[in-house]
Amino acid sequence: MSYITGVGLTSYGKHEGSSSLSLMSQAATLAISDAGLKRTDIDGVLCGYSTVSPHIMLATVFAEHFGIRPSYAHAVQVGGATGLAMTMLAHHLVDAGVVRHVLVVSGENRLTGQSRDASIAALAQVGHPDYEVPLGPTIPAYYGLVASRYMHEYGITQENLAEFAVLMRTHALDHPGAQFQEPITVADVMASKPVALPLKLLDCCPVSDGGAAFVVSRQPTATIRVRVRGCAQAHTHQHVTAAPALSDLGAEISIARAKAAAGVSISDVRYAASFTITLAMLLEDLGLARRGEAAARIRSGYFGRDGELPLNTHGGLLSYGHCGVGGAMAHLVETHLQMTGRAGRRQVRDASLALLHGDGGVLSSHVSMFLERVR
Amino acid sequence: MSEKPADWTSGHEAILYQCCESCGRVQYFRRDFCAVCGSVKLTESCASGEGTVYATSLVCRAATPEARAHVPYTIVLVDAKEGFRMMAHGDRDLAIGDPVTARFVPFAGGVVPYFEKVR
Repeated sequence: MSYITGVGLTSYGKHEGSSSLSLMSQAATLAISDAGLKRTDIDGVLCGYSTVSPHIMLATVFAEHFGIRPSYAHAVQVGGATGLAMTMLAHHLVDAGVVRHVLVVSGENRLTGQSRDASIAALAQVGHPDYEVPLGPTIPAYYGLVASRYMHEYGITQENLAEFAVLMRTHALDHPGAQFQEPITVADVMASKPVALPLKLLDCCPVSDGGAAFVVSRQPTATIRVRVRGCAQAHTHQHVTAAPALSDLGAEISIARAKAAAGVSISDVRYAASFTITLAMLLEDLGLARRGEAAARIRSGYFGRDGELPLNTHGGLLSYGHCGVGGAMAHLVETHLQMTGRAGRRQVRDASLALLHGDGGVLSSHVSMFLERVR
Repeated sequence: MSEKPADWTSGHEAILYQCCESCGRVQYFRRDFCAVCGSVKLTESCASGEGTVYATSLVCRAATPEARAHVPYTIVLVDAKEGFRMMAHGDRDLAIGDPVTARFVPFAGGVVPYFEKVR
C-alpha cells in the first residue's frame, strides 16, 4: 500500500535566473509542506535528470543542496515516462518497508538555461547514433513519422490532431501556472509553422522552465487519501526504426498489466492524464476511445472538464508546459488536486479513480498507473 | 565485427544488413550477435535498395547548423525488400506504400541513403 501524501508544482514557462536545483527545491518544499511533513521526515529521494545540468549523481547533489540525508536516493531515467516510473518505484519502496516517505522530484531550467537549438539537439540524441541521428531527425520528426503512419492506418486528419492542442489550451486557460494563456483554434494550429509535417508548431510541446514534486508515503497523512491502486510498465524498443507495428505498441501492454494489478477496468476510470503529443494514439491504445474516434470524442466534450472523462485539466505538456521530467509530473500533481477536491475552478465532478499514463522515447517506454481516492 | 561497416554510416554508398545463420532473422542495426536468438553466426549482406515507404515526415526545423542548410528534407522509414526497416531521406512527394529505390546523397558532412519512387 502507498499513498500520494503531498504534491508541489511551480508555474511553467520562463523562470529567469533559476537552475535545475532551485526549481527542484521549490517544488520539493511545496510537496513536503502539502503532505504536512518536515523535510527531516523524508528518508527516500528519487529524482529525474536534467539535460541542462547533467550529473552522474543528481539525487545526492539535490539532497545535499536541499539539506537532507536520505537512507535511499538515486536518479531515474526513462525519458518522458520517468515521472511515473519514479512513482511506481516509490510505491514499491514504501510498500516493501524500505523507506517511509519518498520525495519524487524533478525540475529543469530548460527554457532559459540553454538555447532552443541546444535543447532540440540534445533531445534528438534519443535516436540511434549511427543509423538515425546522422539523418538529421528531431523529436518532432520521430513523432511525425509515427503520426503519418497512424493517420494512414486509421484515417485521421491533421485537423483531428489539432483538436487535441485546442482542448489542452482550453484547459490551460483556467490554470494560472500554465505557460500558455491565449486561446487557440483548429485553424490556428493548422496555420502554425511547420516543424516536422504532419506536425506543426502548435502540435508540439513547448520548452519550459519548471519543477514538480510529490511525496509517496507508507501511511496517509490527511483525511482525503489518494493511494496507488496498481501500476505496470512495458518497454518494446528504443528507436522508432525498431518500433513494433502500431497494433503492438507498449501502451496496450502496460495498461493491460496495470488493469490486472489494480483489479479495475477502463470503464471505472473517472479522470485521465496522458503525457504526449501522441494523445490521440494513447487514448485509443489505452481503450479510452475506439480507433480513429478520439478526435470525435473531443469535439463532443467527452474529455472536457465537464465531460464523462476529463483529460489533463491543467493543459498537459502541450499548454501547461514541458520542462523535461517535471513536464509529465505536473499531470500527477493536477490529478492529486482533482482527487482531493482542490482544483478550484478546474474541479471535475468525480475524480475517484484516475488513470495516468506516461510514455518515453518514441512510444518506447510506457508506465500505466491507477490512483484511487479512499476515505 | 569490431571494424566499421563499409556502408553509408561510414561514408560508403551501400546499405548493409545482417542475417542470422541459426534462426534466419534479419537485423539492420549492426551487432555482434542475433538480437532474436543470440547466435553469433551472422552473415552480412548488401541490400538491393528496393523497398516500400512505411512512414514519412517533412523536417522543416532542424536541430543543427549543418542540417539546417538542407531544410526542408523528408525523413522516411522504408521497409526494405530484404525484410528490415530503415530510416533514410527521400523525395518530398513520397507517400506511404510507394515502391521506392535508393541512391545516395551528401548530407551534413556525410552520405545518406535517399529513396525515390519507382516509376
